[in-house]
Amino acid sequence: MQEAISFTPQLSASLIAEILWLIPAVPIVASGLAALLKQPRRKASATLAIGSLSFSLLLSLVAFRHVVSEWANGRATREVVNFAWFQTGAVNVDLGWVLDPLSAVMLVMVSFVGLLIFIYSTGYMEHDENYTRFFCFMSLFAGAMLGVVVANSLLLLFMCWELVGLTSYLLIGFWYQKPSASAAAKKAFLTTRIGDVFFLLGIVWLFSQTGTLLFYNHGAGSLEPFALAGLLATPAALGLTAAGAIGLLIFAGAAGKSGQFPLHVWLPDAMEGPTPVSALIHAATMVAAGVYLIARVYPLMQAGALAGGTTTALTVVTWVGAFTAVFAALIAVAQNDIKRILAYSTVSQLGYMMAGLGLGGVAVGMFHLITHAFFKALLFMGAGSVIHGCHEEQDIRKMGGLKADMPLTFATYGVGMLALCGFPLLFSGFWSKDGILEAAQHWSVAKTPFYMLVFGALLTAFYMTRQVAYVFFGYWRGGKPAHESPAVMTAPLAILAFFAMALGLIGTPAWPWFRAFLDGRAASFAWRGFMEPGLLALMCASTLVVFLGLGLGWKLYGDRSPRPQEPDALERVTPLVWGWLRDKLYVDEFYGVTVIAFYEGWARVSDWLDRRVWGGVVAGVAWTFGLWAQLNRFLDNNIVDGSFDKGCDELGVGGGLLSRMQTGRVQTYLRLLALAVVLLAAILIWSSRA
Amino acid sequence: MTPLAGYLLVAALIFSIGLAGALTRRNAILVLIGIELMLNAANLNLIAFWRYGPHPELLTGMMFAIFSIAVAAAEAAVGLGLVISIHRHAKTTDLDQMNRMKG
Repeated sequence: MQEAISFTPQLSASLIAEILWLIPAVPIVASGLAALLKQPRRKASATLAIGSLSFSLLLSLVAFRHVVSEWANGRATREVVNFAWFQTGAVNVDLGWVLDPLSAVMLVMVSFVGLLIFIYSTGYMEHDENYTRFFCFMSLFAGAMLGVVVANSLLLLFMCWELVGLTSYLLIGFWYQKPSASAAAKKAFLTTRIGDVFFLLGIVWLFSQTGTLLFYNHGAGSLEPFALAGLLATPAALGLTAAGAIGLLIFAGAAGKSGQFPLHVWLPDAMEGPTPVSALIHAATMVAAGVYLIARVYPLMQAGALAGGTTTALTVVTWVGAFTAVFAALIAVAQNDIKRILAYSTVSQLGYMMAGLGLGGVAVGMFHLITHAFFKALLFMGAGSVIHGCHEEQDIRKMGGLKADMPLTFATYGVGMLALCGFPLLFSGFWSKDGILEAAQHWSVAKTPFYMLVFGALLTAFYMTRQVAYVFFGYWRGGKPAHESPAVMTAPLAILAFFAMALGLIGTPAWPWFRAFLDGRAASFAWRGFMEPGLLALMCASTLVVFLGLGLGWKLYGDRSPRPQEPDALERVTPLVWGWLRDKLYVDEFYGVTVIAFYEGWARVSDWLDRRVWGGVVAGVAWTFGLWAQLNRFLDNNIVDGSFDKGCDELGVGGGLLSRMQTGRVQTYLRLLALAVVLLAAILIWSSRA
Repeated sequence: MTPLAGYLLVAALIFSIGLAGALTRRNAILVLIGIELMLNAANLNLIAFWRYGPHPELLTGMMFAIFSIAVAAAEAAVGLGLVISIHRHAKTTDLDQMNRMKG
């Protein structure tokens, strides 16, 4: 558990902090412009998107450099720029943005990975007729995501959060002609909405308690000690303080967005969208927004913890994360769609990040977030390249032997796969995962999460070996031979592969630069970082686990090339368990017989009520009135009509005279009306004078 | 601070533009737009009189304007609905041709 950090409060923000809002604003404006373009203006829309994101990347780098140089001079910065959005009665609503190490790191990651994926998309989406629409949505997404990152107000963050959810919906359903894609889009939207309702409740509660939604505001923000002390002093239900309860509500929102169990069901289905979308939104950035949110409100989550202790909210985060990590990894073992395997792997890794946040603090979780963003984007884009090369085939049983046909894709995919497995020393995933495992080992509450996470690491190595063996080794089992993708797609792969390896260097125990940077402490290089008690043993153990997973996978699947009809190697060992895993542990089915069945039942009850009860009442009333009307008709016909007819004749004559005025032209009436108003006004003025 | 008369002048200007539009245009949709302009001029007056009135700290004027905007939205929806159904029926939105309600 990290100790409380003291950032130097800065009263006047620097220039780069003042213009930080440009980073999200420029891509959003670009997206608005792209929305006005006509469909054939393909080049213009791609240029707009890539140009605006390059600008954001440039600004992000400047901001990052500013924060790093301040930090290197011993001043951990947190610069905020706040402004009043609106005021009604006694209620002030402020918005603002913040520049601190956390947002700076995230800004660079999002804009850099986003830019590479944009460039890759120009190749991947080349033959799609809705190319302009694609880039319009993509830059809207990038802008909204950057907005989530810079927000210094829970409200601004929530707005961008919902925008991000909207673009996710739009992009999952990008090929809306496919029924499965539009169903997946709706599922994603509704499932994340469940989390967002809780999130919104948390926001409202926080606002009613502290009167502000700003995170930092020179001591008056909701994450600063004064507000936190107030929250801790307010009891909520079930022995929680208000701080803990609000933390849990916000975590529910984060769980929806980050695909944590039990709200993970939308993420695998989201793979119906184009592959660059899966890489950008459903692997690297948006799904990490939940993790980022928890890191952002960490002071709230941590409030009330004793030294080295933990809080209820963080314990829940840890358990949910660890459970999700194992649960999703188990399902990933038995999937046959190349993107679905990666999707479950993403869910599992997001579980690791959440567990890392719960166990070891912001830096541990965020480091895994950053490294994961790079190698998972790499894997997804590699998968996209494979799918592209295999003529839109996604079933790994119908691939095989691609290492000869697609050497570049194979090499970069291999790097991504080893990074994801946590292959020792060379790859970034090893260091970030080890950080989480180390924190889990020292957790004071229970040791179970540690064993769960180690088991998850074994499964990760196993299912990735299975996938790579199916796709790249053995012989080709598809139809038309595969081909390598164009350079515009492979070049981003190579860049990402470089970072998938190199990023590990900033988070090794010998030089924990990243952690020190986020915590606002000075970083120093020392080999004895490895000498901490138990660390080397842990590294050896995790290496062993990775090799065990790789070896098991290779033994079962290596160079075999089973035919598509043939049962899977693991299926022959345990057909029963295999069946459960292949059917995704029946979560969707469970929701089908509980939530959805409940809604259907409720709809049926409502229908019955409508038809029988309310319908019956209405029919009864109508019948009564009908009877009454019969009586009235009798009276009318025989008594009233005679006298009435006479009057009507007279009126008819008068009406005939007046009807000359009714020309039927609306504007004639209007003119009369206007004239009357003018007359009235004249009379009023005249009479007031008299 | 801008004097009250400034707001009233702007509102009167908007009202006159709306009135002129509603009286002279033949297209039903443009007439509707004119009517909306007049409504908004009235809203502007409401807000202005509220701000310069005796009790600007009470939210009465704003409430009034918000209600008025909501009513205007409903009115626009009804108006457009009428125009669409008339257009379906008569294949035109020219008001001069819609004179079947004459006496």
